[in-house]
Amino acid sequence: MDLKDQHIIKTSNLSIGYTSKKNVNTVAADLNIELGKGKLVCLLGKNGIGKSTLLRTLTKVQPALSGEIFINNTNLKTLNSVELAKSLSLVLTEHLPESNLSVYELVALGRQPYTNWVGNLSETDLKFIDNAFEQTNTKHLINAKYYELSDGQLQKVLIARALAQNTDIIILDEPTAHLDIHHTIETFALLKKLAKDFHKTIIVSTHEVNLALQLADILWLMTPSNFMADTTENLIENDRLDQLFESDLISFNKTLKQFTLSNSY
Amino acid sequence: MVNPTKSYRNTFLILLGALLLIFIVNISLGSVYIPLKQLFLAFVDGEVEKESWKSIALNYRLPKAITAIIVGSGLSISGLLMQTLFRNPLAGPYVLGISSGASLGVAILILGASFFGATAAGFAFSSWGHAIAASLGAFLVLSAVMLAAIKVRNTMSILIIGLMFGSLTASVISVLAYFSSANQLQQYLFWSFGSLGNLSWNEILVLLIIFVIGMTFVIFIIKPLNSLLLGENYAKSMGVNVKRTRNFTLIATSLLTGVITAFSGPIAFIGLAVPHLTKLLFSTSNHKILVPAVAISGAIIMLICDSIAQLPTSEYTLPINAITSLFGAPIIIWLLVRKRKITY
Repeated sequence: MDLKDQHIIKTSNLSIGYTSKKNVNTVAADLNIELGKGKLVCLLGKNGIGKSTLLRTLTKVQPALSGEIFINNTNLKTLNSVELAKSLSLVLTEHLPESNLSVYELVALGRQPYTNWVGNLSETDLKFIDNAFEQTNTKHLINAKYYELSDGQLQKVLIARALAQNTDIIILDEPTAHLDIHHTIETFALLKKLAKDFHKTIIVSTHEVNLALQLADILWLMTPSNFMADTTENLIENDRLDQLFESDLISFNKTLKQFTLSNSY
Repeated sequence: MVNPTKSYRNTFLILLGALLLIFIVNISLGSVYIPLKQLFLAFVDGEVEKESWKSIALNYRLPKAITAIIVGSGLSISGLLMQTLFRNPLAGPYVLGISSGASLGVAILILGASFFGATAAGFAFSSWGHAIAASLGAFLVLSAVMLAAIKVRNTMSILIIGLMFGSLTASVISVLAYFSSANQLQQYLFWSFGSLGNLSWNEILVLLIIFVIGMTFVIFIIKPLNSLLLGENYAKSMGVNVKRTRNFTLIATSLLTGVITAFSGPIAFIGLAVPHLTKLLFSTSNHKILVPAVAISGAIIMLICDSIAQLPTSEYTLPINAITSLFGAPIIIWLLVRKRKITY
């Protein structure tokens, strides 16, 4: 196969949205995404635009309205849940239910797609868990209960769990929503490192637009009218970023390569 | 790096020792004093001073102790499963109305027997009849609560829905009771007090068979239950078949709660309190540890409750339900006050 066709994620004419009894509510249509290995992708768009819908569709939590999704050249529809769990892992925003899980146990759960029916950890499993702690710099936390962690530490541990799952793709839904600027930057730096050094394909939905502009390899922009996927440079070059927020208050400053408050403010 | 998953071998050995000890204490207690040595001789088929001692030991005390072990383990495991599945520390077979559902099954069988004619009446008094009716009743209520739980994510609402189902079944039972004869009513009332005694070896066999079937389902959901500790979405993303896990939990809980309630009446608080005590003792949420630990702890606590119910040196036996509530309710209050939040 031609190397150019090695897309880790590919969609053809994908439409996403919700169907209720009476009508079909299309959130976005005709998405043709082609994504290679080892890229940090930031998914940007204003609240309610459908970022979560897109991520939920890519992760098979909800069905596509039409079109196809390919993960590692395999149609998502034909992947069973364990096969999918071996190529795609998640970090979610939702609060974890209360439990007595230790950090080690939590990260070890990432090995579930590989362990036997009762969940015994093999030597290989232990190695992957160890690596996950190493890559996220969280080894000192292993004996803590997860509810004792700060939000920033918990986020790293959840990323470690996803790493232990050893998947090509990691999808994160607003991982920095509860974090201060220090931990936000730390988290993004970690994600960048994982993409660059360990060739993970990482898709992050985020509202940290300015940080995304600096760190992302590829931006996915969702606007009411269309979906754009390209490198940051190309998007800036073609004046695409102004379409992200249709507002008088905020505009894209091409020289600073940042969003700034408009003069009219 | 060493795997820091703790080893619990010593705690398990201590628990098993405690179980053996309380088992011996339990069978040595009763309205008739039997020396320990004579009790032992009775079980190993040796020569016993009095024939009546042998009969009491083999046909009353031993079956009762075995019943206590099965009842305690089964209800506690049911509670553990429900607390994990509903992500709710206050879930349990009694709280969620599952025991009420089992009661309804038995009530329809006992109180409604006359409506169904003679064949049904015969069936109503057989041990299998009770077991099946109670399991079906438990299954019905648990399915209803679970359907509601899929729609309603709020854990507090699920508890309230469970309580409502409990009240609903209670009112159906009242209506049935209103139309039934004094004789049937008395029979139902005695059953509902809860009792571990009076089971024949045949009935214990029925109890044991269904207990083993229920526990087999539990063993197969140990691993998915662990991933459910992170919530359903994470569990799904790790390849867990959440629907199957939910169904297995449903079947296991209905069988365990159903058959136990059929033979020993609706027993309160064991299913709710024991998992918490065990989690406190073991400080883990790993079901591979918790399932056996909860089963053993449940057996120990049920044997203790039964020993207290004997009222040592007295002729009377208190209803077991009174003891479990006396024991369980303060524990829950203490846990809530002391820890402020219960983890599960």
